[in-house]
Amino acid sequence: MSLDSLNVALALPEIFLLVMACLVLVIDVYLPAEKRNFSYVLTQISLIVALVLIVSSPVETRQLAFNDLFIRDPMANALKSFILMISFGIFVYSREYLLDRNIFKGEFYVLSLFSIVGMMLMVSANNMLMLYLGLELLSLCLYALVAFNRDDGNASEAAMKYFVLGALASGMLLYGMSILYGLSGSLQFSEIATAVGNSSDTAQHIGMIFALVFIVVALAFKLGAVPFHMWVPDVYQGSPTAVTSLIGTAPKLAGFAMIMRLMVEGLGGLQTDWQQMLIVLAILSMAVGNIVAIAQTNLKRMLAYSTISHVGFILLGFIAGTAEGYSSAMFYTITYALMALGSFGIIMLMAKKGFEADNISDYSGLNQRSPWFAFIMLILMFSMAGVPPTLGFWAKLAVLSAVVDVNMTWLAVVAVAFSIIGLFYYLRIIKVMYFDEVTDETPIECGRDMQITLSANGLAILALGVYPASLMALCIAVFA
Amino acid sequence: MFADLPLLSLLVWLPILGGMAVLLSGDKGDSTGVRVLALVISVATFVLSLGLFTGFDSSISAMQFEEMAAWIPAFNINYHLGVDGFSMPLIILTAFTSILVIIAGWDVIQKKPAQYMASFLIMEGLMIGVFAALDAMFFYVFWEAMLVPMFILIGVWGGVRRVYATLKFFIYTFIGSVFMLVALIYMYYQGGSFEILDMQHMPLSMQEQTFIFFAFLMAFAVKVPMWPVHTWLPDAHVEAPTGGSVILAAIMLKIGAYGFIRFSMPIAPDAAQHFDWLIILMSLIAVVYIGFVALIQKDMKKLVAYSSIAHMGFVTLGLFLVFQISSNPAKIGGHGAALAVEGAMIQMISHGFISGAMFLMIGVLYDRMHTREIMAYGGVVHKMPIFTGFAVFFSMANAGLPGTSGFVGEFMVIIAAFHANFWYAFLAAMTLILGAAYTLWMVKRVFYGQVANDSVRALTDINARELSIMAMLAVAVLVLGLWPAPVIDIMHATVENFLQHISVTKLSLN
Repeated sequence: MSLDSLNVALALPEIFLLVMACLVLVIDVYLPAEKRNFSYVLTQISLIVALVLIVSSPVETRQLAFNDLFIRDPMANALKSFILMISFGIFVYSREYLLDRNIFKGEFYVLSLFSIVGMMLMVSANNMLMLYLGLELLSLCLYALVAFNRDDGNASEAAMKYFVLGALASGMLLYGMSILYGLSGSLQFSEIATAVGNSSDTAQHIGMIFALVFIVVALAFKLGAVPFHMWVPDVYQGSPTAVTSLIGTAPKLAGFAMIMRLMVEGLGGLQTDWQQMLIVLAILSMAVGNIVAIAQTNLKRMLAYSTISHVGFILLGFIAGTAEGYSSAMFYTITYALMALGSFGIIMLMAKKGFEADNISDYSGLNQRSPWFAFIMLILMFSMAGVPPTLGFWAKLAVLSAVVDVNMTWLAVVAVAFSIIGLFYYLRIIKVMYFDEVTDETPIECGRDMQITLSANGLAILALGVYPASLMALCIAVFA
Repeated sequence: MFADLPLLSLLVWLPILGGMAVLLSGDKGDSTGVRVLALVISVATFVLSLGLFTGFDSSISAMQFEEMAAWIPAFNINYHLGVDGFSMPLIILTAFTSILVIIAGWDVIQKKPAQYMASFLIMEGLMIGVFAALDAMFFYVFWEAMLVPMFILIGVWGGVRRVYATLKFFIYTFIGSVFMLVALIYMYYQGGSFEILDMQHMPLSMQEQTFIFFAFLMAFAVKVPMWPVHTWLPDAHVEAPTGGSVILAAIMLKIGAYGFIRFSMPIAPDAAQHFDWLIILMSLIAVVYIGFVALIQKDMKKLVAYSSIAHMGFVTLGLFLVFQISSNPAKIGGHGAALAVEGAMIQMISHGFISGAMFLMIGVLYDRMHTREIMAYGGVVHKMPIFTGFAVFFSMANAGLPGTSGFVGEFMVIIAAFHANFWYAFLAAMTLILGAAYTLWMVKRVFYGQVANDSVRALTDINARELSIMAMLAVAVLVLGLWPAPVIDIMHATVENFLQHISVTKLSLN
């Protein structure tokens, strides 16, 4: 086989990022502590260059590389671009946070870069093995990152929990995949889809559903859907906020891609079967996420439950099972990742040396201390609650209309009922910021880079909410 | 005068962008600048809104000043604005009232004046957007978005229990409206369009209409508010700053009634006809029962809040009487129905002026005495004669004295109610007694008698700023009361068209 047929060029962004990750790893060893900023700058440049590489080579149709292991299609391009942009934001927000805690180390950037490569591979997987490798690359880096601040007991506990449950989920996934391989004789999604289509005899069909159950459970674990959500609150709360923001944002996009590749492209023939499972997961996630979030006093923990409820909404798009449904789920996932990024950004903005700013009461009277960032947080919270004219409203509208379109209006009614419950705890944050008296008068200080990025992040939620057509059109074009 | 301008877009965006500018100018240093800027923007908006009045053709029922552009092609959502005889007077009312609240907060608000003024301006633009939007999703965006500034206003500048009141306000309204959202999405998939006018002409089965009607009812009944979902209103009013109460009573409540006119009745006419007894019942309970509740209030703001609920009962009563009048050909038929709807509209506008005036009046007293308890007052007339003159006038208007605008709307609705059913009219007319009782009793206790205590003795009469607000409102109440014909003329063609539309069943379209 010649090198040409491998189509290496298609994977150029991933290869580039991988090389840069190794480079940062090597260079960082020789850097004195006061020049650590170089690793940070190099990381950010790599992300920007990788983004440019992706955006500058748009693809119209699906293109395969590495003997059909690797796929590049419009969806992959769009998701990878957002993964890179969001990661860029995370690094900007976390720089001062890490400095304050003496964990501004090269390892953070190296592990993060590897996890980003993992996400990109998941997005581009055309083969179960590829998908699994990408997932493990991502997960292993995240386990290490959670425990990154090694003197912190909570973080170590969170890492342990995350690792054990994550490994369990990976095991489930592997088990499901191996059954599927046994039944279809292939690891390629397209060939699995053919096998599913041809599985006329009942015994084989039951085997497929058996495999499907394991796969759905594993995906639910990774996404944090109820009843497989137990790790989410503890990991969100225990991790350093910089790492929480990495766990809570970009991997959701990779998770979306994982469902698309595995369930829709591979097991699309079993749609009526997984649809029922997802309905249960979605309703439970929206219910538990929204109701339990009300009781939280820790903002990171509250956001964890909020994630769970948002996952329920994302699943609604898949439940619809139409092209509109998938594009609405993608729209929702991107929207959610941007909102979560901004929220964690605010937490890192408020955090100081020896002060995590992760209690809701720490935000008392933020409007007195910093009207501008209180306003940004206001936008983010209203967006999470789905109040127009913010982007979060359109995301909810998109998934709800996808569900109504397939004559499941009852599901839309259930979803809006839970979103009313959800409204309460987002409003509470605004209440604390605007209506409560200020307890800590110290002004909020941060670098210009963070101010600009965080403002842009928040205002983008508002601006895209006023004019959502472009982002919506992007998500629809991907599935056209 | 403004014929070649995109007038409605200007009316929506000028206050919103102006409010943003006020917000960005910040609360540092001297705040006179932001106050003047806010006033200039609100006056400019009002002047522009008069262009709607001068350029309006009252002989046709079609939408006027239409503007349309694609907004979100993926969902066929358009940036579609336009006004007819229902929405145009309400837009002018909104612009007018916004000037008053800016002036009313001039000296009183010392805490973050820029944010305060900006909230009102942004809310003004959003409320005008609600009245002008002709695309259902566009409408919904404004409808929900306008809750945000009000939430902040009550929560930041409100009274002691402001957090409770504002959360209750927001969540109540949100609960109502999300079900409307599902109904709108449902109709989009049935008819392929979010255009309100398309929805009005779309065929729907009785079952669909019933679901849609109740989904809308949840949204609009909370907003009006109708008994038994009115409980957020007294709390919100009592805790809101004066300006917030004025906007809430004068404009926001009207948006609920406007929703019935624009959505519920034309989109689901058969369901509306089938369930009109329910709305009439709820309205009459509001008029009679809430009237009694108002009688026993000790807090002036709460009293006026309950009186607002009773007066809004007239609006919903007038709107939903039409089915019974039309189906009763022995009476004067269509003319009576028009009387009912026009009476409801006049009542809406009049209540905008009067309730605004009542809350401003209480605000004047509160700014001086920092209490709203009726018991804390007495003999105010001896210290504030000019103010008392206005207060008595507005109270009379609130009680429905002939010659004031309060009389016209109520009288029209009561006359129309006679065409439907004697007992409706009888119960509705109770308001003339109850309204007079609770309003005048309050006036007697607050303004007359001996000077009650030293704080009353220290009162000073209203200054020029307060006088200007009172005078503007008094003129409005008198003009509308003595000569309502121009306003009725504006909406007459629209009302006829509306009645024609809702009298045709949608069931035969299938």
